[in-house]
Amino acid sequence: MGNDLTVRGRVAVVGVGESTYYKRGQSPDPEFVLLLKAILAACADAGIAPSQIDGFCSYSNDRNDPPRLAAALGLRELRFSNMQWTSGGGGAAGAVGNAAAAIVAGNAECVVAFRSLAQGQFGRFGQGGGSRPISGEYAYQIPYGKISPAQSYAMRTTRVLWEHGISRDTMKAIALAAYHHAQNNPRAVMYGRPLTPEAYDESRWIVEPYRLFDCCQENDGAAAVVLMSAERARELRVDPVYVLGAQQGGPRRSGAWADNNTDYATSSFKHVAERLFAQAQLGPADVDVVQSYENFTGGVLMSLIEHGFCTYENANEVLTFDNLVAPKGRLPLNTSGGNLAECYMHGLGLVIEAVRQIRGESSNQVPGAKVALASAGPMVPVVSSLIVGNGEALG
Amino acid sequence: MTERNHVLPPGLPAPAPMRDGLDAPFWAATRRHELVVQRCNGCGGWQWGPEWNCHHCLGFDIGWTEVEATGVIYSWERPWYPVHRALAEAGPYVVLLVELPHAGGVRMVGNLVGDPLQPFQIGDRVRAVFEDHDDADTPFTLVQWERMG
Repeated sequence: MGNDLTVRGRVAVVGVGESTYYKRGQSPDPEFVLLLKAILAACADAGIAPSQIDGFCSYSNDRNDPPRLAAALGLRELRFSNMQWTSGGGGAAGAVGNAAAAIVAGNAECVVAFRSLAQGQFGRFGQGGGSRPISGEYAYQIPYGKISPAQSYAMRTTRVLWEHGISRDTMKAIALAAYHHAQNNPRAVMYGRPLTPEAYDESRWIVEPYRLFDCCQENDGAAAVVLMSAERARELRVDPVYVLGAQQGGPRRSGAWADNNTDYATSSFKHVAERLFAQAQLGPADVDVVQSYENFTGGVLMSLIEHGFCTYENANEVLTFDNLVAPKGRLPLNTSGGNLAECYMHGLGLVIEAVRQIRGESSNQVPGAKVALASAGPMVPVVSSLIVGNGEALG
Repeated sequence: MTERNHVLPPGLPAPAPMRDGLDAPFWAATRRHELVVQRCNGCGGWQWGPEWNCHHCLGFDIGWTEVEATGVIYSWERPWYPVHRALAEAGPYVVLLVELPHAGGVRMVGNLVGDPLQPFQIGDRVRAVFEDHDDADTPFTLVQWERMG
């Protein structure tokens, strides 16, 4: 990958912000207002006026379109807008990458990557309601009671555990680490609601092999990240967080219907991770802290392996609670509480946490963190992953 | 098969052939209790789910071939929490991903017939059970699976 065709080091995150995070149905604000508040918070964090924004990137068919946002935020001109095609939250890191690409290409100067998702207002992801006849891909799944996201992806986890002899204890450790971190994060919906190993073991099956605490929450919230060129970022603040790599993609026939993707037992990160590390000119051992999208803990397990943070062979030894918790674990994971215990912000909250770790502002700070990774959307047809770092990491 | 022998209770959406006609041959075959999948007339490649062109050779000359209605359990899950009102009393039930080794390894989603807590594992052989829904507004047939031997 030639250096003249990369975003590495040329774009930085200058501001991050989120709305208050709520359990689904408890937001007093509609989704659009949550988003405005998140973007305003991110602008305040960056020290810019909202009118300086000139581009928007989002994913997962976000309902809040850029022209409406541009009017509400006083933009002088909307120069760039972009929607990442993929289901689930697979575009969270991809939207940041698309924003960075637009800036490097000169199409925009100040781009906001955002996601707003009020499941109370617009319907739960964990319920599938109708009874009218359906056709196409759904016809091969829904009549068999394979309906919800958990039901869509549980079988992949079954297959991975079986193929590689991986214990469900790894999934339990991932859930316990997230809840542990949330107890130090006042933003987290699960702040003040610790999870014990016993409570995990006794929690109900949602769909085997996922128990309740293996599944993400359903929330109301919004999050936003402001990106500018590295040069302008350095004028704005002393601690810009550089984009070192951002990649997205889906492997061969990842969108094939009804679990017929060619390589079945994958989170879809094998090629994305390889390209990501090549772009960042780093390896897994250089990453100080990992934010790995949890739709379900089984997806995290697969993502960590496919990014090279552990192997199929040593996953049972590496993925333990002690290893996954900040500040002392060897692989600090989801240090805000993530989608499981902070807020299911469709992955953008994980991007924000990666930025906070590099700034030294996390509620579960990894001492001296220079490089952080945020991955998004394991198992969905298109996934994305991002590496950010400080000036020292940029070299 | 009477309704009481269906794996899941009534009230879930019925499958309907796509309006563009792509998968009509599959649903028609299930009514005859036959299992058909796509096979390319050009390169012989097997394909599932239905697509307009061959994902091996990219040709458009795709046919439908009847295959032996047996397979091997490739993966599975067991839902307990009801995500649809029709499933309020249905859990647990087993969803299988069944591989058809004799048809290029294509995979089909269906339910395991019988006790949802019966012992089974990946690799077990299963045979198709055609579950007729004759009382539906537009009758249809689902392809379910039972363990062999």
